Amino acid sequence: MFKSIYNWIDERLDITPLWRDVADHEVPEHVNPAHHFSAFVYCFGGLTFFITVIQILSGMFLTMYYVPDVIHAYASVDYLQHQIPFGKIVRGMHHFGASLVIVMMFLHTLRVFFTGSYKAPREMNWVVGMLIFFIMLGLGFTGYLLPWDNKAYFATKVGVEIAASVPYIGDYIASFLYGGDIVGAQTLTRFFAIHVFFLPGALIAMLAAHFIMIRRQGISGPL
Amino acid sequence: MAHGHKSDEKVVYVGDSRVKKSGRIDGTPPDYTAFPGKSEAFIPNFLLKEWMVGCVVLVGFLVWVMAEAAPLGYPADPTNASFIPMPDWYFLFLYQFLKYPYVSQDYVLLGTIGVPAIMFGALLLAPFLDTGKERRFYRRPIASSLMLLSLAAVTYLTVVSWSHYQDQLEEKGIVPEHHERAEKVREALERGEERPSFLKTDATPALIEADDPAFSIVEAQCISCHAADLGGGAGPSLIGIGNRLSSEEIAEIITHGTEGGMPAFEGMISDEEITQISEWLAKQTQS
Ligand code: HEC
Ligand code: HEM
Repeated sequence: MFKSIYNWIDERLDITPLWRDVADHEVPEHVNPAHHFSAFVYCFGGLTFFITVIQILSGMFLTMYYVPDVIHAYASVDYLQHQIPFGKIVRGMHHFGASLVIVMMFLHTLRVFFTGSYKAPREMNWVVGMLIFFIMLGLGFTGYLLPWDNKAYFATKVGVEIAASVPYIGDYIASFLYGGDIVGAQTLTRFFAIHVFFLPGALIAMLAAHFIMIRRQGISGPL
Repeated sequence: MAHGHKSDEKVVYVGDSRVKKSGRIDGTPPDYTAFPGKSEAFIPNFLLKEWMVGCVVLVGFLVWVMAEAAPLGYPADPTNASFIPMPDWYFLFLYQFLKYPYVSQDYVLLGTIGVPAIMFGALLLAPFLDTGKERRFYRRPIASSLMLLSLAAVTYLTVVSWSHYQDQLEEKGIVPEHHERAEKVREALERGEERPSFLKTDATPALIEADDPAFSIVEAQCISCHAADLGGGAGPSLIGIGNRLSSEEIAEIITHGTEGGMPAFEGMISDEEITQISEWLAKQTQS
């Protein structure tokens, strides 16, 4: 049954090479923790991806209830956390996952750094990785404002004030982020848009580039 | 011009389309025969083990999430001047760094773009700065020690920032808002009350005994300055005035006015009316 559907599609689209490219490859001994326990450091990239997927999924569920305006934002977060079944789990996953993904990404970066895997021919993948790093920090910064409690409000205020002290472009950055002169209604809608559309879009594009490069080049060899 | 499949042609198109035929014709990915040791197929062997690890991680994560609720403080209040701003923990090192002399105030340039730009720039361009062939970290003393040094610095700054924050809280006797809030919710629920919302309602609290005849005098004389709901306009809000002033004091203000702009009503309305209004206003208390 599945086989014949697969064959039907494969006849038309020739998808076998496609999924082979994705999945059909060998895992060499030096990155396999089953052979050398210390190879667990090679798992951090995969774990980062795992948590990233959790972030995207839990975030999608959060937007079903979250209302990005100054009057309702706080109440909607409170409501979805305490009144919606599993709301506590969904918000908890997104909140703590945001920290966990940073930790995992950090460990992954250190693994790549200390195994010298960023060296030729993998320079571009390292640069893409650093861009992912910045995108992640951007997601953390913009997401922090969304619950619209005092902690969110004042951290964002200080953050944007710091950005505003950059010469020449500081004022532009600040008015781009504020959408006005203060942290207010415009800031919240902006941060929401950046947090759920712009940065995740960029993140997915960068992850695609990251993974394509890994498949092209293979994992770096043993030390 | 038709595209024949001549072998000397540089670009070969697939069928009648404009899609270039891929160079990797059989679609076989590079293999790992170059690596020593036992390699293992990604699917299904390795992936299965990976998923098992993934499940363990997920269960651990869920336990954490269920044990601890994501924090939420009080609703943002831009006029709150005493709130100590704190970014999320992974920004603390930068936040702390910017507090040091030579990277703040007159030198803030150095702090906001100088040092961070160099550090993050170097990290971004690491492959082009460290171009040697050697990959083992102990054979790359400069790169490795720079990274270890940065790690130590970031850890140090984060710890200092956090303990400084804790000290501040203790000094000022502040309980972080999300703890205080959680505690209040717990107490309210224990008393069997509704879950408190902590939102400031914009609606002005209802007046007490609004059907009292005194209110019609107030409506005639006072609302041009104190607003129809007595929420304040040119004159201050009179809601909750009974908490601060007695009926005698209010009568005194109404009779003689104040220097701050409250007109004297002596002779404009009768003393009896003033007493009536004062007694009614004195009842306007708020919890
Ligand atoms: C012309 C505008 C105006 C009118 C009309 C007016 N008020 Fe006032 N009222 C004020 C101002 C301004 C103040 C603040 C005075 C001050 O700060 O010294 C004030 C203060 C007061 C206070 C003291 C409030 C406090 O918080 O200490 C009371 C009580 C009061 N008014 C009652 C009345 C009543 C009752 C009437 C109607 C009979 C009335 N006012 C009509 C302008 C007005
Ligand atoms: C969301 C964030 C990221 C995800 C999901 C991710 C995922 C992965 C995965 C699954 C691998 C395969 C090897 C492994 O698991 O260790 C990998 C390799 C790699 N990553 Fe990342 N990564 C992320 C961020 C980064 C960052 C921040 C950097 C560094 C700046 C980076 C640089 C690299 C490099 C250079 C490789 C190739 C390593 C090698 O061939 O040995 N990645 N990444």
